[in-house]
Formats: sequence, C-alpha cells, structure tokens
Amino acid sequence: MIDNTVVELSRWQFAATALYHFLFVPLTLGLSFLLAAMETVYVTTGRDIYRRMAQFWGKLFLINFALGVATGLTMEFQFGTNWSFYSSFVGDTFGAPLAIEGLMAFFMESTFVGLMVFGWERMSKAQHLIVTYLVALGSNLSAVWILVANGFMQDPQGARFNPLTMRMELTNFSDLIFNADAQSKFVHTSIAGYVTAAMFVGGISAFYMLKNRHMEIARRSFRMAALFGVLATAGVITLGDALGFIGGQAQPTKLAAMEALWKTEPAPVAFNVVAAPSQSERANLWQIQVPAGLSLLVTHSLDGTVPGADDLEKQAAERIRNGIPAVVALKRLAQDPSDAQAMAQFTAHEKDLGYGFLVQRYAPDQDASKSTPDAILQAARGTIPQVAPIFWSFRIMVGLGLLMLGYFILAVIYTLRNQVEHQRGFLRLALWSIPVPFIACEMGWLVAEIGRQPWTVYQVLPTWMSASTHSVAYMVFSLTGFVVLYSIFIAIEMYLMVRAVRAGPDADGPDAAGPQGEVAAVRAAPAPAGRLASRWEG
Amino acid sequence: METYLLLKVAWWVLLGVLLMGLAVMVGMDMGVGTMLRYVGRTDTERRVALNIVGPHWDGNQVWFILGGGAIFAAWPLIYATAFSGFYVVMLLLLWTMIVRPLGFEYRSKLASAQWRGAWDWAFFVSGFVPMLVFGAAVGNILQGVPFHFDWNLTSRYTGSFVALLNPFAILCGLLSVAMSIYMGATMVMNRGEGVIRERARRLALWSGIGALLLFTVGGFWVSRMQGYHLVRGPDPATAQTPLRQIVERSTGDWLVNFRGHAILWLVPASAYAGLLPGLVAARRGASHLAWWLGALAWIGIIGTVGTAMFPFMMPSSSEPSHSLTVWNSSSSEYTLAWMTGFTAVFMPLILWYTSWAFWVMRGKVSAQRIESDEHAY
Repeated sequence: MIDNTVVELSRWQFAATALYHFLFVPLTLGLSFLLAAMETVYVTTGRDIYRRMAQFWGKLFLINFALGVATGLTMEFQFGTNWSFYSSFVGDTFGAPLAIEGLMAFFMESTFVGLMVFGWERMSKAQHLIVTYLVALGSNLSAVWILVANGFMQDPQGARFNPLTMRMELTNFSDLIFNADAQSKFVHTSIAGYVTAAMFVGGISAFYMLKNRHMEIARRSFRMAALFGVLATAGVITLGDALGFIGGQAQPTKLAAMEALWKTEPAPVAFNVVAAPSQSERANLWQIQVPAGLSLLVTHSLDGTVPGADDLEKQAAERIRNGIPAVVALKRLAQDPSDAQAMAQFTAHEKDLGYGFLVQRYAPDQDASKSTPDAILQAARGTIPQVAPIFWSFRIMVGLGLLMLGYFILAVIYTLRNQVEHQRGFLRLALWSIPVPFIACEMGWLVAEIGRQPWTVYQVLPTWMSASTHSVAYMVFSLTGFVVLYSIFIAIEMYLMVRAVRAGPDADGPDAAGPQGEVAAVRAAPAPAGRLASRWEG
Repeated sequence: METYLLLKVAWWVLLGVLLMGLAVMVGMDMGVGTMLRYVGRTDTERRVALNIVGPHWDGNQVWFILGGGAIFAAWPLIYATAFSGFYVVMLLLLWTMIVRPLGFEYRSKLASAQWRGAWDWAFFVSGFVPMLVFGAAVGNILQGVPFHFDWNLTSRYTGSFVALLNPFAILCGLLSVAMSIYMGATMVMNRGEGVIRERARRLALWSGIGALLLFTVGGFWVSRMQGYHLVRGPDPATAQTPLRQIVERSTGDWLVNFRGHAILWLVPASAYAGLLPGLVAARRGASHLAWWLGALAWIGIIGTVGTAMFPFMMPSSSEPSHSLTVWNSSSSEYTLAWMTGFTAVFMPLILWYTSWAFWVMRGKVSAQRIESDEHAY
C-alpha cells in the first residue's frame, strides 16, 4: 500500500530542493558566457580593464557556482533515494541523459573551472580564454542533457514499456534527444539564464554608478549586460511562445490549467488575462478576457480551438477504463511471463497502462481491478492539475518577462547614448530588479512541473506510484534537514555575495590590505621550469 | 544475444572503474579535508593544504556524480534499491558532502579565525563521513542487505538504520577512510614543502599501515562470512528481473571465484603490491610514486570486492532469491550499447584533460604564493 503522506512529503522535498538548486543554475549558465565575452575583448584588444572585469565578475560567479554544484549533488541522488520506483521504472531511458551529462558536460565544466580560477598566470592568454569558453560550453551542455531528461518526463518519446522487465526501455535514442519539448525548453531555459546574468550584472553595475565607484568597469559591464540582455529577453519570449505551442499539443492538461480553461469553447476562444480559478467548482469565480486571444496565442489562428478541462476529463475516464485491463494483465504476466492470453490482453491495452496505474490510488485496496465508477471519476478529475498555482505562476513569469524586455530596451538606449549614469531613477530600478529574473525562472519551473501532474512521466507513470516506500518519520527528518541546511547556506551565500559586491572589483583577494591596489603588480611569478624535475621525488 | 551478455559484463567492469576513479580522486580530496586540522597548524599551512587540491576538487567530484549517473543509467534497479534502502546514511553522505564545495569557495573569503576554524571542522566532517559511508555501504552489500521486491519491482527495505552500522561495515568504512588519508597525504607531500610535507609523510605511513591491516582483517572476515551463490536463474544473456532465480547463502561463498580461477588472487595481491612498496616510497619521500601505488591499492581493494561477489552486485539477506546480480539488474541492451559508445568517446577525453589540468597546476604550493595570490582558496 502506498502512503499518500509520504508521497506528498517526497514531492515537497523534491520541489524545495529543485527550486533551490534552480536559484543558482541560471546565473551560472548566463554569467559563464558573459565572462567569456569580457575575456574575449581583453584578449583581442589587450585592454587590461576587461581582464579586471572578467576576474571581478568571475569572483561573484564562483560564490554562486559553489552552491549550484553543492545542491546539484542532491538532485543527482534524489531520484534514487526518494523516487525509487520512478528510478527503476524509467532508469533505462531517463538515466542515460543524466550519465551522459556527467561524461560530456559536467566533467568539462568542473575541470576547467579550476583552471579558469587558478590558471591566469599559468597559461597563455589564448589558452585561458579557451578554458573560460569550455566552462561556459560545459555548463550549457549540462543544461541540454538535463532538459533532455526532463523532456522525457514531459513528453515521453523514444521509449516503450517492456512488461517482462517492468520498465520503460529506450527504443530510439534520437527520438529521446530530439524531442521537441526538450529542444525548445533547453533554448528557453538557457536563454532565461542569460537574462538572469544580464539583470545581475546590470543591477550591480548600476549600484556602482549610483555610488560613483568603479565607473570604468561599471559602465562597460552595464553596456555588455544591456546588449546581451535585450537579445536574450527577446529570445526567451520567442522560445517561450514556441514552447507553449509545442507543450500545448503534447500536454493539453497543462495548457488548460495555464489558461484556466474549464470548458471547451468554440473558436475563436477568449484569453483569460486574469481569473480566479476554483478547482472544486471547476470554473473561474470571475475573469477578465480578451476575445479570441487564446486561439491566436496558442494555435496562431482564429479558428483553432483548445480543449478545456471538461473534455480532457472525459477522454481521461475513457483511457482509465481501457487501462485497467492492462494493469490486470501485467500482474498476471509478473506471475507467469509465458501466459500468452495475458500478453495478448496487455498488448491490446498497453497504450493506456499509465491510466490504469492512475486509478489504483482511488480504487479499493489500491487494486485497479476493483475500480468503482467513483474511483474512475476521481482519477479522471485528478488528471487536471491544480489550476490556480499554474495559472498564476505562468502569468507572473510572462509578466516579468515582458517587463524585463522593456527594461532592457531602455537600458540599451541609455547606454548607447552614454547617459545611463545620469538616470538615477533607472539605476535604482536596475539595482532593485535583480531578484526579478530569479523569480521568473522559479515560476517557469512551477508551471512546467506542477503542470505535468498527476504524472512524473506524462501519461505513463503517476507521481503517486513513483516515490520510495519510506516512513513518514524518515521524510520529516530529511525534509527538515534540507530546510535547515539550505537556509544556513543561502544566508552565508547572500552575505558573501553582498560583501564581495560592496568590496568591489579592486579589492585584492581575501587579505586585501590596500584599497585600489593595482592587482597585476603583486601577482606572483609563474612556475619555474625546475619544478618538473622535482615531480618524481615529490 | 551474446552481445547483451558482453555489455552487462562490460558495464560491471565500468562501474568498477568509476568507483575506483571516485575512490582515488574524490577520496584524495576528502583525505586532505579529514587531515586538514592536523597537517596544517596555522591558517596559512591549512590554506596551503587546501590549495594543493584546490584547482582540482571540483573536477574530481564529478567522479562521484558520474558514478551516481552511471548506476542510474546502467543499473537502474541497483540505483533505486541501494539509494532508497540506505536512506539515512545516504542523507548523511549528501549533507556532509554538500558542505565541501562551500568550504573551498567560502572558507578564506573572511579573515575571522572563528569563521575559518568552523570551516576547518566542516572539512573534517565532509571528508571523514562520506568516506566512512562509502566503505560502510560496500561492507553492508558484502553481507547482504534486507530488501525484497513487490510484483511490480517496487523495492522495500526492511532493515533499520542502526543495522547498517555493524562491525564489519565500520571496518570497511575505516579502510576507506584510511585509504583516503593515504592518498591525500601523498598528494600533500607531493606539492607541499617543509613541515607540512613532513606531517603528511607521517600520516601517509600511519594511514597506509592502517589500511594494510584493515584490508587483511577484512579479507579473513569475508572468507568466513556467509556469501551467496546462484543456484538457478534465467540465461545470463537474456533480459530478466530478479524475481525468477534461486539464490542460496553459505559460508565461504565469497571465495568460490578465487578457488575456481587461481589467477584472480592477483586482484587482492595488487592491493598489497600497491600498499607495501607505497609505504616504502612514502617513507623515502618519493611521494609521486607513493600516490600512484596508492591508486593501485585502491584498484586492488575495489577489484577484490567485485571479484569475490561476481555475479552478485547487491545480495538480499532477507529474500536471497531477490538478490541483484550482473544478469538481472542492468539496463536494456540498446541503452547499454549507447552508453558504451558515449563512454568510449568521452572517457579518454576526460582522462586527457584531467591530466592536462594537473600538469598546468604542477609544482609546489608555497605559503608565499598563497598569500600573494588573489585567486587562492
């Protein structure tokens, strides 16, 4: 028997640790490219100020990077520790991109980040520049593979359930990687990281301009961030639209929740700008609409329509009824794999196996074969995820995205006219807007992952079945531990980040005594050749 | 179908290689963390020790992450069963491990002695505990772990957390801690100078002797403990689950492979072939050689466990017939084939650029350089 409380606590723990991890990842993705861009200017023009810029932002990069790496460890292991049924059920397919991420991307990023930090005096300028690019490339390639894995959860492509091994087995590798959801989400997510980095660099540069400190570095950093940011924001919005289009077709239940669409309406469908969705009433208590808006946004035409929750529930009920015999046959096959009749029954109902799993939660004794009409109804209703949080997360994300686009357009205009440092109000806005992209990223995660419920793998494996069979006590223990530990970490990180920002680009290392010291002058000489000889003796 | 058999064995070997990489590389960094407060008495000395592994800890740690990812991809049932079964110890490992990246990046950012002192303790905990857990997990797996599967392969662990801390598991944990200190100490000797090098040398000797003793005692223990043997099961070359085999346990089963193929005694012998001359080398100050001999010893130690248990990977003590083996817990042939391709391309690349990174950062780490280098930890 599956304990709902354990499943709920496991979900809270996963969401908390993933959202927390995702506070640090976007900045790493974007800032690594900004660092590479700054260093490129340094190497090509030879102007030392760009080296100082790269090193200063590199320092902030590392404070953020450390927590990203640390909390990423949790993610790599949490599937096994807390989602063991999920892991054995989809590991054959889902594990591969995670392992390849380690092989291809994370090893590269992590090995070269050490050289990026420590190697300034030990490599030629060109070598160091390549190293910096490899860090950026590595972190972005990491994102590719993680989102390939996530794409499989959103729209499972390239795998088939094998009743004899009781798991989803990979059947087509290129379908797995070239999954449209994964591809568009990778671009959308990584560019969201570039926006985050641009807001971060722009905001901190604005802080210096307000204080009239480090003006040379601040002006240049701001300009680079503004140009990078305006392109990135435009890209995020474009790809977000594409993702909505692709996701809407692959996951109609998520789309219905995002738009609070309870009933299928004839085309053209109106767009709910704001609404008060009520899950129990299965309707919006009130709403403000733009006529024909949704058809235009989602189908890019006036005569397209979008299925509402009512129709989707009906379809789900049908699939649940069809899926129950699949579960029954599967159980018989587990007893006797050579049972031809069971195999025939399974094959006939195979495509709705996930829906058969879904009803177990509501069936007496959690046995699908005992499903009552009421259990089927409840399971069908459960295929519509929680509308209000998805509807609002989506609107906050999009709203913040549009605001950031406006912000970056202004930023580009001001910086190209060389007047940004006189726009005090705008600079203050830039500083206080630093949290905005972080919030938008978190909202994006919520839309994607709450929107996929009640599934871990859409239409294949219910979340409710996926969790490990822990006790409630274990889950309370681990969740508490994570909350305590992660709270301490973020306090330390924020403190060090703010401190490093206040100290500014010219503070020379942790033991800096003199302010404004020329950094390069005190740097130690590179390694003498004689060291090679001493390697074998130690 | 014979290809599938080969792929299963190849991924069993590769898992071993990853565990060896993890033990050698992450173990070394964790050893430095464990001994940090001893090897460095002053703040500068401790910073020297940290900066010896400083440029490499992050790359090295990926061995650990890749180990997790590869078990997930190639051995999903083992990933699911072991990680959830060992829940509380896995959390201990995770919570102590995630402190380490922060220690490197944050410790020397503030000058306060209290701040740095706290991080030095954090380094001790985040070096000692994960290595202890790593060894203890292997120790438990050798003895068998109480778990079984439902009809749909939901794994259920029926033991307690305390049962994982049994004497044999602790012994294996201490062996892994001793080896990590040995590897860390020889690396610190390699790139440290003066008093730090001398302290590291003493540590290398003591930890090496400790590892030698623990491995020997552990070996005798294993030869007398209950092992497992496969009585009957489906054809190893076919896709299968752990629900259709018969497994029995009896004393001395973990020696069967060695008795059947005498050449396999070379595997445990290489642990001695690494440690004994390693101790001599460390004593003479040939730290580079001592480090490589330590790596050989790790290969011998992990190889011994694998060889003794083959084809078992995670036996079940409560339901022996549900034991996980090389034959019944791997991924599908198709997945293993793709994974093999990626590994064949990227593993040599990883080894190449890791070596290059060590070569770029070669040479002694001195106190003067730490104090004048703004990038140092």
